Parts: sequence; structure tokens; C-alpha cells
Amino acid sequence: MSGTIAVIDYGMGNLRSVSKAVEQVAGRGYKVLVTDDPGQILSADRVVFPGQGAARDCMNAISEHHLNRAVLDAAHSKPFLGICMGLQVLMEFSRENDGTRLLGLLEGQVRRFPTGLEEQGQRLKIPQMGWNRVRQLRSHPLWEGIPDGSRFYFVHSFYVDPDDRDLITGTTEYGVTFTSVIARDNLFAAQFHPEKSAGVGLKLLQNFINWEC
Amino acid sequence: MLAKRIIPCLDVDAGRVVKGVKFVEIRDAGDPVEVARRYNEEGADEITFLDITASSDDRDTIVHVVEQVASEVFIPLTVGGGIRTTDDVRRMLNAGADKVAINTAAVFNPTFVQEATEKFGSQCIVVAIDAKQVSGEGEPLKWEIFTHGGRKPTGLDAVDWARRMVSYGAGEILLTSMDRDGTKIGFDLGLTRAISDAVTVPVIASGGVGTLQHLVDGVIQGRADAVLAASIFHFAEYSIEEAKRYMMEQGVEVRLES
Repeated sequence: MSGTIAVIDYGMGNLRSVSKAVEQVAGRGYKVLVTDDPGQILSADRVVFPGQGAARDCMNAISEHHLNRAVLDAAHSKPFLGICMGLQVLMEFSRENDGTRLLGLLEGQVRRFPTGLEEQGQRLKIPQMGWNRVRQLRSHPLWEGIPDGSRFYFVHSFYVDPDDRDLITGTTEYGVTFTSVIARDNLFAAQFHPEKSAGVGLKLLQNFINWEC
Repeated sequence: MLAKRIIPCLDVDAGRVVKGVKFVEIRDAGDPVEVARRYNEEGADEITFLDITASSDDRDTIVHVVEQVASEVFIPLTVGGGIRTTDDVRRMLNAGADKVAINTAAVFNPTFVQEATEKFGSQCIVVAIDAKQVSGEGEPLKWEIFTHGGRKPTGLDAVDWARRMVSYGAGEILLTSMDRDGTKIGFDLGLTRAISDAVTVPVIASGGVGTLQHLVDGVIQGRADAVLAASIFHFAEYSIEEAKRYMMEQGVEVRLES
């Protein structure tokens, strides 16, 4: 196996852990590029789109780096893995920052966890921070070798709510049942951080690198 | 359901893991990279490094430790100790830390927390609070923020301070009872509960763990979202996995692989 994996760098969040984790599982034949160059993103064989922080800051950073087209093209044309904000910004609209227009690749919104949620009598904190279970709603090559209900590491206050329920590939319980993974064709995007999710996270990244779609 | 997190803490002095027992003797507990690797294998949910290096000459050592750990351990890493400027925060994040804990600098320059969260996002800024009980017997419970290892009072009420730090964007609170730190008699549960109930963000309880039941008490009675401990794990009194199995038996939701 060989090729180039582009990790899109638009200044939002710490990409070192993402690139390190991808390098860890990629074979010697792979080159991992952390880049904001649309040309490199378009010529890469696989694309990882991470992101942290507020929706508006992310959208501004994507525009400033002239990445809108490259991200959308890659999300249509090659194995594409969105992580955290890299999932959320694919939607149309977020309620964060009094409303933020997003890339609009997928129809639907990004909502905030309501305040005052409880589970077993305990008030839930926002952000959700820590390891929670992901229920696999349908089979997918990226789930291979990962038991249904495995725990992944989450840090977020907002979650995606896609109009097309067929896109929902994983769900998680946090006071409400929310969409934690969506997938379509060559696109797989997760709210959790595989690069911080120990063995199951590395397995998912490994599956992404081996994914033929 | 979200699991309660178990976070082993490594106090690092000039590149070695150390642990003072009741503020006195410092025992050498090994190479931080090896210790972090072992904790990861045992199923730690996160790892926290507190840099207690006094000499500024040795300050870069922690950066190398974080770099090495981050290249082979794929769980969240937090680094605290001596973080005073946004450059310090950036340096730690670039080294591979996921979160940075701000302690004394928050007390002397509270807007630094605001500046750091605006620049790097709330998700990576932890505010560390060192508190001591100041109310006497029979008085309503009251805790105050102390600096310099619990020696200097600040006059700041701990509950008000925690709320203020959250309003400045802190994504998490690392709460240490200076009365309990190093004593092994258990968390200050009143303090933990007061802070956890007062803020919307997760609270990590720290200071005083001596038994596995203390971890359970911190979560159930103290309502902490995560528990941090050092010495019970360093000297192999208990493994992280043993701690998690015990907590699970007591009805606490934990992450246990297989």
C-alpha cells in the first residue's frame, strides 16, 4: 500500500496528534502531509479533515486559507475522514455563535446539547468530555474489527443533526441520542477523536487507510 | 453513557517522575515516558503531567517528555506547571499536549485564561484550582484559593473563583484540595461537590487518594467527572485496570476494554 494522505491544516486546533496517529498506522509507503495547500489536498490519495474550536472561527479560517473548494472537492472524490469540527462544518448551518453558515455539503443543522440534561440523576456537563459508546447503526468498512458499542474520546458541546437519516452511521447517548458518525460514499465523519481514542481509534484510522471506496 | 475518567498524574522534575509524600521526601518514580506507556497499556483515560521543575534551565525537558509520549501514546495528554503566557500554551500544544492546565498565572492575571481560550479554544484550557478550607468548626463550609503549593492565601473564594474561570472560557476545572494533597485520606468531598455543582464544565477531583474506594467516593459523593491520582498508581499499589474494575463493581460507569 502506498500513497499520500493530506491532513488539512487551517489553523484550527492541534494537528500534531492527528498526523502522529495517522503516521503510526500508515505503512512505510505512505506519506502524511499536513497542509493548507489546495493543490496538495486535491492531488492527495486520502484526506483527513480535523478541526477544533468554534464554528465561526473554523469557517473564517477555511475561507482565509481558500480551502472551501478543495475540501468540497475532496469530500466528493476520494476517501475523506472528517473529525470533530471537520464533521460539523460539512453541514448547512450551526446554531453556534448566534448562527453560522457552514459548507453545506450535507443537509441539516448543528445543535447544542440542551442545558439541564440528566442521566441517572446526575446533571450532565457541557462540553461532553471523555469516553462514550458509539452504536454502529450499519456496517461500514471503517468499523471493521471494532466492536459495536466501543468507547471513543469526545470533546464537544454541539452535535450534527442530518436531514437524511440514512447518513447516520453511529449514534451516542448523552442525555439525548445524537449522531456521532455520518457516512456516504467516500465520506466518513465522526464527532469523536480517533487520534485520541487509544486502540479502537487507531484501528479506525487503519481502516480508513485501507478503505477502497 | 459517558464514562467517569481515571487520570494518573505524573509530577515531573527535571525529566523524572517524582512524588512528594505529605510535602516532604520526594521519591523517584521513574522515567515519564515509560510510566506513561504503562498507564496507557493499563487503560488510563488521560494522562496529566505537572512540571514541578524549579530551575528555568530544565524547563525544556517537559517539552521533550510530551513530544516523546505524544508520538506513541494516543490518549489525551494534559500538561501543567509554569504556564504563564500564550507562548507557553502554544509550545505545549505543539509538543503534542491536548490540554494545558493554568494555575498560578490565572490567579495573578485572570484575563490570561480569557486570552488563552479565545486563542486556542476552551477545549484545551484547564484551570487548576488549589483550595484549602478556611471555615472553622460549626461555620458554613468555605474554601479559599491558595498559591505556592498551598502556602499563600489569596482571599479568593474557591466556588466564586471556579465560576469566574468558567465564565472566562475554562473548559474544565482541575480541583486540588491542599488540605488533602499527599495525605492518602481521601478527597475533600464537600469541596469537590460544591465546585462540581457550581459549574457547567467537567471537574477533575484531585488530592488525597489512598484507596480505590476514595475514587468511587469522589465520583458518587463528590460528583466529580474525573478523578486524578498519583502515588497509588506510581508505586504499583494498584493498577489503573484494578481501579476501574473496583469502580465498576461499585456501580460507576468506566471504560474497560473487552
